[in-house]
Amino acid sequence: MKKWNMIIDVAKCHDCNNCFLACKDEHVDNEWPPYAAAQPWHGHRWMNIMRKERGQYPLVDVAYRPTPCMQCDDAPCIKAGKDGAVYKREDGIIIIDPQKARDQEALVDSCPYGAIWWNADKSVPQKCTFCAHLLEDGWEKPRCVQACPTGALRMVHAEDAEMTKICDAEKLDVLQPELKTKPRVYYKNLFRYARCFVAGNVVLRDKDECAEGARVSLAKLSGNNTTTVATNNYGDFKIDGLAENSGRYTLRIDYTGYGVKTMELDLATSLSIGMIFLQPAKS
Amino acid sequence: MHTVEKLTNGTTGGPVFVYVQDGRIVRITPMEFDADDAASWSIEARGKKFSPPRQTSLAPYSFAWKSMIYSPKRNLYPMKRVDFNSHGRRNCAKRGISGYERISWDEAADIVTNEIKRIKREHGPGAILSTASSHHLWGNIGYRHSAYFRFANLMGFTYADHNPDSWEGWHWGGMHHWGFSHRLGIPEQYDLLEDALKHTEMIVFWSSDPEATHGIYSAFESTSRRQWLKDLGVKMIFIDPFFNHTAGMYADKWFAPRPEAGNAMACAIAYVWITEGLYDKEYIAERTTGFDIWKEYILGKEDGVPKSPEWAEKECMIPAREIRVLAREWASKKTMLAAGGLGGWGGACRSASGNEWARLMISLAAMQGMGKQGSNIWSTTQGAPTDTRFMFPGYAEGGISGDVDNSAAGFRWVYRMFSVDQPTRSSINAPMGQHIPRLKIPDCILNGRYEWRGKGFCGPSIESQFHKYKYPADGYPEIQMYWRYGGSFIGTMCETNRYVKAYQTDRLPFVVNQSIWFEGEAKFADIILPACTNFERWDISEFANCSGYIPDTYIQCSHRVISLQKKCIEPPGESKSDYDIFAFLSKRLGFYDVYTAGGMTDLDWVKKYFQATDLPKYISWEDFFRKGYFVVPFPHDYKPTPALRWFAEDRPKDTPDWGPHPESQAEFGKGLQTTSGKIEFVSSSLRKFDPDDEERPLMPTYMPSWEGHHTTELYDKYPLHLISPHPRFSFHTMGDAKDSWINDVKDHRVLKEDGHYYWIIRINTKDAEARGVKEHDLVKAFNDRGEVILAAQVTERVPPGTVHSYESSADYDPVGEPGASADRAGCINILTPSRYITKDSAGMAPNSCLVQVEKYLGVAL
Repeated sequence: MKKWNMIIDVAKCHDCNNCFLACKDEHVDNEWPPYAAAQPWHGHRWMNIMRKERGQYPLVDVAYRPTPCMQCDDAPCIKAGKDGAVYKREDGIIIIDPQKARDQEALVDSCPYGAIWWNADKSVPQKCTFCAHLLEDGWEKPRCVQACPTGALRMVHAEDAEMTKICDAEKLDVLQPELKTKPRVYYKNLFRYARCFVAGNVVLRDKDECAEGARVSLAKLSGNNTTTVATNNYGDFKIDGLAENSGRYTLRIDYTGYGVKTMELDLATSLSIGMIFLQPAKS
Repeated sequence: MHTVEKLTNGTTGGPVFVYVQDGRIVRITPMEFDADDAASWSIEARGKKFSPPRQTSLAPYSFAWKSMIYSPKRNLYPMKRVDFNSHGRRNCAKRGISGYERISWDEAADIVTNEIKRIKREHGPGAILSTASSHHLWGNIGYRHSAYFRFANLMGFTYADHNPDSWEGWHWGGMHHWGFSHRLGIPEQYDLLEDALKHTEMIVFWSSDPEATHGIYSAFESTSRRQWLKDLGVKMIFIDPFFNHTAGMYADKWFAPRPEAGNAMACAIAYVWITEGLYDKEYIAERTTGFDIWKEYILGKEDGVPKSPEWAEKECMIPAREIRVLAREWASKKTMLAAGGLGGWGGACRSASGNEWARLMISLAAMQGMGKQGSNIWSTTQGAPTDTRFMFPGYAEGGISGDVDNSAAGFRWVYRMFSVDQPTRSSINAPMGQHIPRLKIPDCILNGRYEWRGKGFCGPSIESQFHKYKYPADGYPEIQMYWRYGGSFIGTMCETNRYVKAYQTDRLPFVVNQSIWFEGEAKFADIILPACTNFERWDISEFANCSGYIPDTYIQCSHRVISLQKKCIEPPGESKSDYDIFAFLSKRLGFYDVYTAGGMTDLDWVKKYFQATDLPKYISWEDFFRKGYFVVPFPHDYKPTPALRWFAEDRPKDTPDWGPHPESQAEFGKGLQTTSGKIEFVSSSLRKFDPDDEERPLMPTYMPSWEGHHTTELYDKYPLHLISPHPRFSFHTMGDAKDSWINDVKDHRVLKEDGHYYWIIRINTKDAEARGVKEHDLVKAFNDRGEVILAAQVTERVPPGTVHSYESSADYDPVGEPGASADRAGCINILTPSRYITKDSAGMAPNSCLVQVEKYLGVAL
């Protein structure tokens, strides 16, 4: 049985909001029984784009994480729903029945991803349906995916075994895997949002030149893993993919003819050290 | 189940399918092509084959159209200000304060046309001022150059000419060094995509954010191309005081020069190239003039100040060593300079230093042999392979006005469209008539006189921008009536409390606003005429084809897509199409038959328009009507002609470009439009005009801004430099406010507890901390020109000392007295200076703006 999955590439999202707006175009003022009541004019974010800025000026980057309903295979909302208000279709899509779910505001809090929204006027919880009404109608993708201009959003209609292969091949992640909700929404390059970096700019003090090709090593104080990168022609380096609040590290910079520079740092979140000046080695 | 019809339409952000059921729009989507649509092109480069997606892309604001169509802010009925009486007390000072009452169309038409007749009898036709907002709606019949100009030309009016707001520095500066007056100083971009894919190694984006500004009208057509270039390993450098959205996707390195000081960096790059011999000496010798004189300036032999990286560092705050590395890398790699977002443009050109910036960009590109393989000024947005021979005009070719003076109708279109019927023109809206510059409407109304040089977009020749104008023109009356078409200027012009004051004076006895929504300037009218959107009438258009001063604009698009803009629903309430409003009023003015060419409807015009294009060679009207769109076939025998390659190789021009006019060249088609035919480091046109102009010297220089870190008295008071680029989520005011869903976009506005959606200002973490400002706190940005209440976004994407807030709030919502109190709708342009770039460069400089920001503690009542 083929089922629906969504792959979201964080590295390809620049927050154009086409997904968010196409979702509103499809669902605001439109009833799609039996899958969805109309979305209110304002307030809901069935596709919720989260922003993460990393680092400090001038070494910064920014990532966006579009966040729809995860269409979990082991969904907390199904368990929380009364009278079968929430169910999973054979194609993997989770539907909150707009009739049966009336007045079940508790469903909003049942979702660990914050993907269920309360419609106060209709007294009904609502969320992304993967545009099930369109997929049934022969559409190959929901509105958000059709609207995405960068290829950050992609639908995969496949057997679960096939999807597992894709996950391995493309190194996909899910949000909060520790919850074991088994999401059908997968992320690529999630580190751009979820992890942090150490960056800096290495300068040869005596010549006032950018130190190109300096070796920069970052090692956890309490471990033996060392990551080494080289600075680029502007003397910039960036060591990415680190866990936030991961403790103390040693940063070491080597450049032929210059004294080794080491510093300790306590990593809370992305850190741009700024300019690091190297002095000529004493002969 | 009632059937859903899939209709077609067009927007400023792309053509669309419109699904309609029971007279209601269900959804609006981009167009996915089918197997019958023409095949796409492909480009082979570096062992790979590239072909575009088989669908159109769509800009965010176009996805929000349904919310604008069904907006509660729609003007549904003709309205009259309650205390306005055209036969008695007009209470002009109450404009923007008093409410409105519904009146009938007959009553509205009587008031408006009786006033027109009275004013024309008492003062003459030049006493009626009128102007439209930019990018009112999409569609070549209904566009402002078309239905509006046809009516206004017949009625007679003084036009408030639009300054070239997106071109400014290129228009008043750049043009003098390489011509391209028919493009207002920005370059041709033909076939540079293929050139870049094959040859380019690096792209320097300088004041350029194509993912946010879409070139113009072309949605995300070029997004996949930037991804291709990135995948090929093309390095991408960004120079912008804001870490913009394109940088966020692609930047290998970001430089944030202090606003208004980036030109120092440009001079220093030239310095490195000169002192290290890293420039194309043969090109400079053969294809340019005046370099040796400019070189002396850069080396400091003229003024004793070498424009070295160390010197530049003090101005722009970018470390000298990094400027050196950039200069060396640039010279060692085949580099495209993406100056601005279209190939030209860029917020940097809308500033006191804008002239200098544009011509420095041209100078740097010339030093690297612009036009040779992989090296050019190219912003990644234009230059897709396209059939430019297929004739379908853009909106700026005049549509149904046939106005050869105020559109590009005279180039080719008017003869095809008006072989039998009557085109229109106006002797007032012509060089010999009366004019007002859009930026100076308040000055003209409040002071009664104004002098300046250059009427609006000065494209006919390099010299046309020198022409002197004054208001009132000799023998012409002062303005008695203002027929405002749209209502954006408080959000889009500069120092805009002035516009409010101009509305509230008795010197302006009558104001009409023809507007779709009750917002912005519409709130200052005596009579409001409710217009409808282009989803409620018939029209025809092409994706991103404006033409005129951007000839062949559709070369931004991956496919040429021409759409019939079908009337999808009935206009709500008693609103009407602009064409129907003008036709209705023209009956009372006696020129209905001329205006409508004997009673033609908008659909009649659409059909006539279709027949005058090349479409009938490929598709019948009946088939076009049925399908609703047409994809222009890509020719099998396509031969690319890269922009300026002909110039670099000193061959006759072989691109499809429209200009320059043969009169401006010694031998037509040979060389550029400058007197020398070459790129002139020292401008011959400026020398002929005013060789002693210190504000706009003959060659590009570094000049401290008249409002920047060197204006110390002001800088001490207002230490933050505000940049306000063209917005990302709205197109000018289209998409913003009016209860549109765009307001829900997190990076557009912020909903606060009081129920208002506040406009965003981006402020560095350190500057925010110093002011006790936290994320999404309300702040007041202010200077001597006014105050705006905004929501703070605390960020590292601007350096300390720089704040960023997009321009173009659609609404204006003063907390107290209009024009004299803080605005909470977010009209950032209340703060920007109305001063011209230079005394003879009649362009706007909103990015030369110093402000202070403090936490907003509520209204002091």
